[in-house]
Amino acid sequence: MTSIKLKLKESDVQQLKKVAKSFNNEPGELINVLHKAQEIFGYLPAEVQEVVAQELNVSVAKVYGVVTFYSFFTMLPRGRYPISICTGTACYVRGAEKVLDEFKRLLKVPVGETTPDGKFSITCLRCVGACGLAPVVMVGDKTYGRVTTDGVKDILKEYEDVE
Amino acid sequence: MIKLTIDNRTVEVEKGTSIYHAARKLDIEIPTLCYMNLGDLKIEHKPGGCRVCVVEVEGRRNLAPACATECFGGMEVKTHSIRVLNARKTVLELILSDHPFDCLICAKSGNCDLQDMAIKMGVRSIPYQGEKSTYKPDFSPAIIRDMDKCIMCRRCETMCNDFQTVGVLSGVNRGFEAVVAPAFERDLDHSECTYCGQCVAVCPTAALTEVDHTTQLIRDLADPAKKVVVQTAPAVRAALGEAFGLEPGTLVTGKMVAALRRLGFDYVFDTDFAADLTIMEEGTELLDRLTRFLGGDKEVKLPMLTSCCPGWVNFFEYHFPDMRDIPSTARSPQQMFGSIAKTYFADKIETHREDMIVVSVMPCVAKKYECTREEFKVDGNPDVDYSISTRELAMLIKRSNIDFNTLPEEDFDKPMGESTGAAVIFGTTGGVIEAAVRSAYEIHTGKSLQRIDFEQLRGIEGIRSASVDFDGVEIRIGIAHGLGHARKLLDDIKAGKSNYHAIEIMACPGGCVGGGGQPLHHGNPAIIKARQKALYQEDVNKPIRKSHENPAIIKLYEEFLGKPMSEKAHHLLHTHYFDKKQKDVLLD
Repeated sequence: MTSIKLKLKESDVQQLKKVAKSFNNEPGELINVLHKAQEIFGYLPAEVQEVVAQELNVSVAKVYGVVTFYSFFTMLPRGRYPISICTGTACYVRGAEKVLDEFKRLLKVPVGETTPDGKFSITCLRCVGACGLAPVVMVGDKTYGRVTTDGVKDILKEYEDVE
Repeated sequence: MIKLTIDNRTVEVEKGTSIYHAARKLDIEIPTLCYMNLGDLKIEHKPGGCRVCVVEVEGRRNLAPACATECFGGMEVKTHSIRVLNARKTVLELILSDHPFDCLICAKSGNCDLQDMAIKMGVRSIPYQGEKSTYKPDFSPAIIRDMDKCIMCRRCETMCNDFQTVGVLSGVNRGFEAVVAPAFERDLDHSECTYCGQCVAVCPTAALTEVDHTTQLIRDLADPAKKVVVQTAPAVRAALGEAFGLEPGTLVTGKMVAALRRLGFDYVFDTDFAADLTIMEEGTELLDRLTRFLGGDKEVKLPMLTSCCPGWVNFFEYHFPDMRDIPSTARSPQQMFGSIAKTYFADKIETHREDMIVVSVMPCVAKKYECTREEFKVDGNPDVDYSISTRELAMLIKRSNIDFNTLPEEDFDKPMGESTGAAVIFGTTGGVIEAAVRSAYEIHTGKSLQRIDFEQLRGIEGIRSASVDFDGVEIRIGIAHGLGHARKLLDDIKAGKSNYHAIEIMACPGGCVGGGGQPLHHGNPAIIKARQKALYQEDVNKPIRKSHENPAIIKLYEEFLGKPMSEKAHHLLHTHYFDKKQKDVLLD
């Protein structure tokens, strides 16, 4: 997994230290601390993981192991409008892959990456528990059901004039 | 106590015992590729991951992993029913379906747990074909990682994290992509790896191996323009025989010397000579610090820590850089040897250092890295050119058609082959400090020791402490082997809770006898203890058992160095340490 280079500001480091402290710097709270950190930074670059490791007194390798194990964690910055396509069984059999391909074609980025303008990113997830609406797509917190390949451009259009 | 039957035989075990251990009580060895238990050394690894140890338990729907399933009363276990044998073979075939088929040219061929298992299970074809994991091989100065060959037993992780607390290796990614790697999948050279080599020592396949210098060595031995000098570390003589079918703990000093001579080395010397020299320098440094401390000098740093072990030196440079003024400044015996060989000895035989190749045979992987350190070079020419492991030496002897077991016993060459009993115990935990005490006591008190053996310093416990009476002054000594144990002693020093005067630290379990470059113990801790016993035996066999009485060392000081800690000695035999924490941890 690659990561974006970034130099953490002293205030960022302090913020991370505060987060770790709010969990009593307990090694067992690693996942919770990483959740918070990702909430703050949007992703988990190497330097953030290094600070977390130091504060919780666990090895950086272990932190990286956890980050790469859970698909929720990402080392790449997500777009301002993260697009998640459900590829669980129900969505898959109802054409999720074609929908995914259409997003990739229109945005010209592969799964796991972000458009150069930082607006959209594409990820896959497994089942959001709305199989009746399959195939399901989420953009941020908003859910779209019964998405077709033709519907993809309409979804993207909704975010065209937001900024 | 619980009664159960395994393969229709009754056995009684304590509550909490695993099926695997209950079976061992009946001398039934259930096969496994991941489970590891190093007994007294307190290292147990049971991830239940390889699934090779599955057994059938009457009344249980699925097969049970023997290493991770507790026995219960009335349990009926079958370890080789047809269901078990089929499942075990399938598991193995699945592991092999994602493993390279290059056994013929693999570094571990003939010494590989996976290969042995495939032979044992009678695997003749791999019915499962598909994608294979491929990774870029990682070449560091000491260890090679070839993760294509990793079977995810994760023994290396246990050694690196739990035993050594170095924390370089971790399982990363998931599913098919899962692999053991350093943080951010950097190479070892860009991690905090100490090169202790304990990952190599427990790897069941060739995923982790040492850098091989035998090809270079064969070339140098064939070059008539080069004077090739070899030094052998103390722990090698207690383990080399294992590679030739001899019982663990068989001392093969004389045969090893004979073999090295037949291989074509110009001078067969002993690192033990340099170990005696280390005692002169390190012991004098300890006495100097102690005298100043007892005289009320507040500046003096105590406890003094030993500095012979390169894995340990790397460890404190990474993890305790702010305490790097505590260890002795004495170089390790390997480096002292190289330094003296390419000055004092080179002069004696009228050879330029460029025309001399100094090779070390070490039980160690970290020594390969140590001799590449810049501070151990003169105008780019290293004091020790390269280091080969005990395993590499065994390979070279076999390759050169030398029948090791029928070799005569021969003696080391002079002068750098002369050594004492104090030097030979450098190879075991507790040995360096015992050697230091023998000399420091006599030099400090001016009296002769009544008893040379300091039993209180010996043993296999991870952390030990003892005190020695220096004629009315109590000298408190700490001993740790395994970097996790060393970390505990360092944390105490940092917190001001340590009251030791001197601490000996070795990175590997049991000290060098359990080093990462030794013949593989395949999870049997009795082998390590047998080697330890052999070294104490060799000590007793030696006519001289105190370093400061080594005539070759006395002569070296008279002819060349002056006295211990002299300016010349400082220049050639001492070193300084670095803060590696900031070096490359952040950002590539």
